[in-house]
Amino acid sequence: MRFAYYPGCSGHGSSVEYEASTQAVCKALGMELVEVPDWNCCGSTPAHSVSHELSAALAARNLMQAGKTGCDCMLTPCPSCSSNLKMGRHRMQDPDFKAGVDELLDEPTPTAENGGADLMETYSVLQAITENVDAASIASRVIRPLEGIKVVCYYGCLLSRPAEVAKFDDPENPMALDNIMKALGAEVLPFAMKTECCGAAMGIPDVNIPGTLSGRILDAAKAAGAQAVVTACPLCHMNLELRQRQAARISGKEFFGLPVFYYTQLLAYAFGLPEEAMRFDKLTVNPAPLLGMIAARRDERMAAVIENNRKSAGAAS
Amino acid sequence: MSNTRLDQARDLDFKRQVEKESGQNLSACYQCGKCTAGCPGAQFYDRQVSQIMRAVQMGLKEEALKNRSLWLCLSCSTCSSRCPNGIDVAAVMETLRSMARREGWVQDRPIESFWKAFLDTVKYTGRSYELGVMADFMGRTLRGWGNVEIAPQALLKNKMPFVPSLIHGRYEVARIFTRYAEKRR
Amino acid sequence: MKIGVFICHCGSNIGATVDCAAVAKAALAYPDVVYAVDTMYTCSEPGQASIVEAIKENGLDGVVVASCSPRMHEPTFRRTVERAGLNRYMFEMANIREHVSWIGRDVEANTNKASELVRLAVEKLRRNAPLYAKQFDVTKRVLVIGGGVAGIQAALDAAEGGIGVVMVERESTIGGKMAKLDKTFPTIDCSSCVLAPKMVDVAQNPNITLYAHSEVESISGFVGNYTVKIRKRATYVDWDKCTGCGTCTEKCPSKNVPDAFNEGISTCRAINIPFPQAIPKKATINPDYCRKIKEGKCGVCAKMCPTGAIVYDMVDEIVEEKVGAIIAATGYDLVDWKVYGEYGYGTYPDVITSLQYERMMSASGPTAGHIHRPSDGMEPRNIVFIQCVGSRDRSIDRPYCSGFCCMYTAKQAIMTKDHLPDAQAFVFYMDIRAPGKMYDEFTRRAQEDYGVQYIRGRVSAIQPTVRPDGKVGYIVRGADTLLGSPVEVDADMVVLAVGVEGSKGAGHLAETLRISYDHYGFFMESHVKLRPVETNTAGVFLAGVCQGPKDIPASVAQGSAAAAKVMALFSKPKLENDPQVSVVDIKRCVDCGKCIRTCPYQAIEEVEFRGVRKAHVIETVCQGCGVCTATCPQGAIQVSHFTDNQLLAEVNALCQF
Repeated sequence: MRFAYYPGCSGHGSSVEYEASTQAVCKALGMELVEVPDWNCCGSTPAHSVSHELSAALAARNLMQAGKTGCDCMLTPCPSCSSNLKMGRHRMQDPDFKAGVDELLDEPTPTAENGGADLMETYSVLQAITENVDAASIASRVIRPLEGIKVVCYYGCLLSRPAEVAKFDDPENPMALDNIMKALGAEVLPFAMKTECCGAAMGIPDVNIPGTLSGRILDAAKAAGAQAVVTACPLCHMNLELRQRQAARISGKEFFGLPVFYYTQLLAYAFGLPEEAMRFDKLTVNPAPLLGMIAARRDERMAAVIENNRKSAGAAS
Repeated sequence: MSNTRLDQARDLDFKRQVEKESGQNLSACYQCGKCTAGCPGAQFYDRQVSQIMRAVQMGLKEEALKNRSLWLCLSCSTCSSRCPNGIDVAAVMETLRSMARREGWVQDRPIESFWKAFLDTVKYTGRSYELGVMADFMGRTLRGWGNVEIAPQALLKNKMPFVPSLIHGRYEVARIFTRYAEKRR
Repeated sequence: MKIGVFICHCGSNIGATVDCAAVAKAALAYPDVVYAVDTMYTCSEPGQASIVEAIKENGLDGVVVASCSPRMHEPTFRRTVERAGLNRYMFEMANIREHVSWIGRDVEANTNKASELVRLAVEKLRRNAPLYAKQFDVTKRVLVIGGGVAGIQAALDAAEGGIGVVMVERESTIGGKMAKLDKTFPTIDCSSCVLAPKMVDVAQNPNITLYAHSEVESISGFVGNYTVKIRKRATYVDWDKCTGCGTCTEKCPSKNVPDAFNEGISTCRAINIPFPQAIPKKATINPDYCRKIKEGKCGVCAKMCPTGAIVYDMVDEIVEEKVGAIIAATGYDLVDWKVYGEYGYGTYPDVITSLQYERMMSASGPTAGHIHRPSDGMEPRNIVFIQCVGSRDRSIDRPYCSGFCCMYTAKQAIMTKDHLPDAQAFVFYMDIRAPGKMYDEFTRRAQEDYGVQYIRGRVSAIQPTVRPDGKVGYIVRGADTLLGSPVEVDADMVVLAVGVEGSKGAGHLAETLRISYDHYGFFMESHVKLRPVETNTAGVFLAGVCQGPKDIPASVAQGSAAAAKVMALFSKPKLENDPQVSVVDIKRCVDCGKCIRTCPYQAIEEVEFRGVRKAHVIETVCQGCGVCTATCPQGAIQVSHFTDNQLLAEVNALCQF
């Protein structure tokens, strides 16, 4: 399995741990990622807030660059990038829209039979893992199960919405992350706020928006009994993790102290990959106590197994 | 508040324009309020989504365009995915925002400045560069101090590099912006 | 032949965009036309009188009226020409309203098209021949499909009128949805108290034969003479012996069977009697859960049954009944509300349907009328009612209003206050639809006297939450569109007023009955305003929600109306057929048998004619559909009044230039 790979801007900044763990996990799962040469910004929120055409032009340049890899489709870990790249391609199926975008580009996009742009499709890495690797084979690779911890999975708005463009999972109750976490041995709690918006990039102009919205999500997670939140989005991660103290203050709650992991970090951990594949050091809400609990459970279980084996060996002799 | 003279105030060309640009049928809205009910931004809005939809239906241009809500919309598409009449409400909001900008009716300068800062960074480097965007934004608006609260942690964890990554094709990207600006003119 | 032509203005309906006088003038040039005139309202009394007069004065032997669609007025004008002594089939109608004036504004083009349609009618009429109806006997019994309140009313009225009734009910008891209700609006009287006597009447009326736990398998024949095959599904209990004592249901060890009568909020045994007032009050075994039937082990009920009624190896039985008319009263089912992810896809235990809530409030229900929420048995304090779930929602392809939900929601909110005085009911609605007698007053009472809080707005999502005390709550996120703001309620329980659609299997039954049905499983009436009880198949009538959403009084009224229609049909000693039927040209028929095989009505038989076998049409059975005509390789079968020659003459009349 060979895929063009689009890391997204935050992979080089606030979400280096996501980038590192995504690379490591994909490698472990036999998914070869070929980085798109000289990629640019995907055409994210600020761009499509200003103009669909501008946003699509930025997306189109990336998709044409991706074409140079010789792969069939492109993957990106970031749901926002994935959504924009998909939306750009989707809108450019309309020949008139394509013509408008082509006017902005150095060279026009290739034309498909229907008159729209002939560009490659983008999928989130999560969708690629879900659709190419089954839960059983993920489970079979686990050497450090997430024993006895309760998590909720938080998907954010864009992984499965708008449904007709995303064409992935359920827009109201997505399960892709839940299924992966179950395969890793975690107890996944039902969570009603899975697709409730965290406040997106509004934090820069006004911290109150993500503060209030993320506070509500974290509060619900805590009330449900979760010990950690699992996410797949750098923007969500920033709001729920980096801004967690701020969110607690703004929403008038006590600090939640909830570690927020990228699902790929936990995959890397459960697969027993080296520390640099997880980059837990990048998290600001200390995950050590929770990871310690997992390790302690494992030690306990192993000790019991050894004891059992010793006894049965003794009984046999 | 003065009475609205509906025989004079309705601008149905405006409604038709919104329908054309967004590709949505505004007459299909029966004002159930489900969009408002599920909107995560609703608590920050000065006019609710369903009320904006109503204003467009009535052809009341200023009521539809002069509000902060258009800038506060988080583009999460919750409204669109739950609309019983299948209207892509988020697309209508985005259309209205762009129309308001054309009219010079930007109602939230800080958010507009943030987007500008973001896009300028993309224009000059090819990618977004968080620290640069934030500094640019704060320089423009003298706002965003709320973010200083998280800066120590972000910097300590080296989550925001000081040097932007410049792509080779950055002039190509800049040309996209230049052509777009020329086209707009 | 002398033909008279009448061009109708229909007020301005036709006259405004068709030059009627010019059309009349043009008609005078058509072959055999000796009289042509334009009139203001041809269907009016003076209009009809002028036709009669013209026939007599000019010795006409055929009449063309160019006016509206033949659907309404062809029968009118046929009677008119008959009054003047002509055969009713010596009449043709040209539709210059729906096909011309209403669809175009160009007067010249319209006038030309109207003239051509008149020419076409004239050319057909020149080849018409008088036709005469045949009389046939009628089986004066009626089949009522569905034993809900509409079917019950129809059956009782028909039986009262001396007509034999065969009632087929899919469930093991009659009573339908009404039997599940606790109270009824707007009087808050006990549903089973008013329904049960009628159910008993059905059981006791000697004119009514009841087949419960049965379904219509097939129907053949035609109005007046239908043969119905009924599948009596195996109950595994000999109902002739069963006394309904209930010993079996007490002793049955298979306990976790979803209780369909209680809408799944409780369980029952594998052998069960749905409710105390069930008619017939007989036990039925659910073979999917019976240990004896599934695994061969158990047999407790057979041991306990005092009358030895249990028959584990019972199989379905097909019985045949002859009837002359059919009333479909198959009711409705709830729309599948589990498609709503925002309401939890049906996974939240305390989010229930209004029918489930009804069972919960019923004194004979599983909680004996006590309201406890399913998850933990807690007595709810804040109950949210959400209206229009699965109604008026294009996104799930259910754009229509289900009609009676506004009223039952008001009733349930009032009853909530009655059961739990400390509870608060919140109703999220879009519009309150209460157009019946005393209905609006009822919804006002809910708000004014019972303090029910109505909020105008749809609910976007229900989000379960864990409260500080560890109990589950449900954040209902709605909007108050009158206030112009989002609102939330932390509810203990949520009741969804789920919309309705045609009952499961309605489409299949419609095909068996040869009636039309819509996209939502509702049967189509013959005319939406003027023939709401009839269908387009003679002898098949509709009652209740199977035709479209309606409340109990409207269902009962339609049940009575359907019975009246049947009685009117049976009031004649014999029925007359429509003589527009197929006729075999014996000289051309080669007895290939193709028509016999394709006829959907079994109306063609083989007969011996001078030692040779030939096809023969049974005139009283043939419905004139024309399938045989199209099938016959010899062109030996023609439908009277629509012969090949007549149709070709029409085509030629149109293709003159």
